[in-house]
Amino acid sequence: MSVLVNKDSKIIVQGFTGSEGTFHAEQMIDYGTNVVGGVTPGKGGQEHLGKPVFNTVSEAVEKVGADTTIIFVPPAFAADAIMEAADAGIKVIITITEGIPVADMVKAYDYVNDKDCRLIGPNCPGVITPGEAKVGIMPGFVFKKGNVGIVSKSGTLTYEAADQVVKQGLGITTAIGIGGDPIIGTTTKEAVELLMNDEETECIVMIGEIGGQLEADAARWVKENGNKKPVVGFIAGETAPKGRTMGHAGAIVGGADDTAEAKKRIMSECGIHVVNSPAEIGKKVAEVLG
Amino acid sequence: MNLHEYQGKEILASFGVKVQRGIVAHNPQEAVAGAKQLTEETGTGWHVIKAQIHAGGRGKGGGVKLAKNLKEVEDIADQIIGMDLVTPQTSKEGKRVHQVLVAEDVYYPGPSETSEFYMSVLLDRSKGRNMIMYSTEGGMDIEEVAEKTPHLIFNEEVDPAIGLMPFQARRIAFNLGLSGNAFKEMVKFVSSLYTAYVKSDASLFEINPVLKTSDDKILAVDAKVTIDDNALYRHADYAEMRDLREEDPIEVEAKAAGLNFVNLDGNVGCMVNGAGLAMATMDLIKMAGGAPANFLDVGGTADAKRVETAFRIILKDTNVKAILVNIFGGIVRCDRVAQGIVDAYKNMGDAINVPIIVRLQGTNAEIAKELIDNSGLAVHSAIEFQEAADKVQEVLK
Repeated sequence: MSVLVNKDSKIIVQGFTGSEGTFHAEQMIDYGTNVVGGVTPGKGGQEHLGKPVFNTVSEAVEKVGADTTIIFVPPAFAADAIMEAADAGIKVIITITEGIPVADMVKAYDYVNDKDCRLIGPNCPGVITPGEAKVGIMPGFVFKKGNVGIVSKSGTLTYEAADQVVKQGLGITTAIGIGGDPIIGTTTKEAVELLMNDEETECIVMIGEIGGQLEADAARWVKENGNKKPVVGFIAGETAPKGRTMGHAGAIVGGADDTAEAKKRIMSECGIHVVNSPAEIGKKVAEVLG
Repeated sequence: MNLHEYQGKEILASFGVKVQRGIVAHNPQEAVAGAKQLTEETGTGWHVIKAQIHAGGRGKGGGVKLAKNLKEVEDIADQIIGMDLVTPQTSKEGKRVHQVLVAEDVYYPGPSETSEFYMSVLLDRSKGRNMIMYSTEGGMDIEEVAEKTPHLIFNEEVDPAIGLMPFQARRIAFNLGLSGNAFKEMVKFVSSLYTAYVKSDASLFEINPVLKTSDDKILAVDAKVTIDDNALYRHADYAEMRDLREEDPIEVEAKAAGLNFVNLDGNVGCMVNGAGLAMATMDLIKMAGGAPANFLDVGGTADAKRVETAFRIILKDTNVKAILVNIFGGIVRCDRVAQGIVDAYKNMGDAINVPIIVRLQGTNAEIAKELIDNSGLAVHSAIEFQEAADKVQEVLK
């Protein structure tokens, strides 16, 4: 078991023939991911990286049974690409694109909420189920198969956490990069819930950062549901000044309740194993798993 | 992107939002000419001289003053322009004032009492929707109102597919205790304000105060407007409003080089790939007994040129006593980054005069470490995150 993506996922790449799309699609295919084609409007009928190119997402769903998409479309057109995928009946929409205007995401978020699908991202590294499917831009070799689930807003910090977990002789069920934008499709709580319900996952690593309420919401949910599995948490940005955006559009301290300290305090109160040092994530996981 | 009050008001007015009118002046002569023109156009007798800087609380620092005649306009403008204005939101050195807004006096006497309200439009992150936040307590620090009298703050959530509905605008006007003509004016004000927010791709409107005048007009007396940087590509006219004098010159330079950089006041510089890892690295520096001098995300392509630019930018800060480079190589190969560091070091010669700790992890990390260790340069290499922190602690001693 795993969540969101596995060896049977039928994955398409939106923005397939662009430079980003091409580069990462190639890496995904090399990893063994089941990429069944791609979409670039106007290039339908061609072949790219040995896979068919379609004009529309609907066409890809119809002809190759696509159920999962990864979006590399440039920011100005990415919200439209998300809505097209939702309209075509895609179930898992993973959006890598960074820099989508907030007003566009307000619309896309509202649109997908009415559809039977799950949006991951935008501005995220994607999702990986080691040994089965890499639907993202992460370095595949870092992630070994195992029983620890990871939820994170950040890319390289996810790799860091996975690397530490693997070096403890453990491995990953699924790592979910939820993204660092102010509006994201899947929240920390929802991603944690998916892993909590996954039989194979025995421990969850939850990595957050300053800004917003997502980690606090997730922590409260974990507590309300009886802390069924140990959760190890880290929040980046203890030293970030108030009111400054730290790289990720959503990483900004607005008030007293979205600082790293406030979030860590709430997480601890909810029974989450909080580490203060980002270098101790792996060790803590090994410790709680005994 | 933050804007000045006068720019924010220009945008609001372009969407039909009524604002306190004013004219920008860069020197006392322009201020007097502006005051005369404003009197002709609006009939105002007195004028308010308002410093234009990107920070709130300007009145508290002496940046907003009432002038009762043209001599006072000239004197006050002379006094404010060129001053380093210190407010609760600036550093203790303050911000240099380059221009003032000469504005009409809107607190004139009339048939009814004036009243001040607070109104902002912003994204409710938890719902992914815009909301209008408003309060009867205008003209005050809203965070203080939220703390002491939270029941006086109201929210109106807007459905993205439908937009702000008339009944919502009416509810806001009722909750603010208005009636008669002032009520109607407020409904119009709120509707046009929301339209302006959406159409201008703003990420924040904060109008404090919204004024009900003594003759029942509703006006934006101040305007804090932030435009979504990601949407500037479709607003070339707003992009031109950027006032680089309000930004940290080092941050402006870093941005031009494609680096995501925030200047801080610590003693250990850092260079990291990825925003989350960058923040985590800053935290680790603190745990090692230092304080981060900056946030710097070099992005996905940490080649020699970018690394060199990043070093130069970090070293402009004379407080920097050490630099920690932390790269998790995924798609980016560590040996390439290591080569970039060695090249940059050699190019810069004596410019690098503080110890550098380089931690490279991920693809080809071992080869990278060897490359650094054999380069003969005074660079401390590490592979594990904790090891890097320990080395920072060591060099700070």
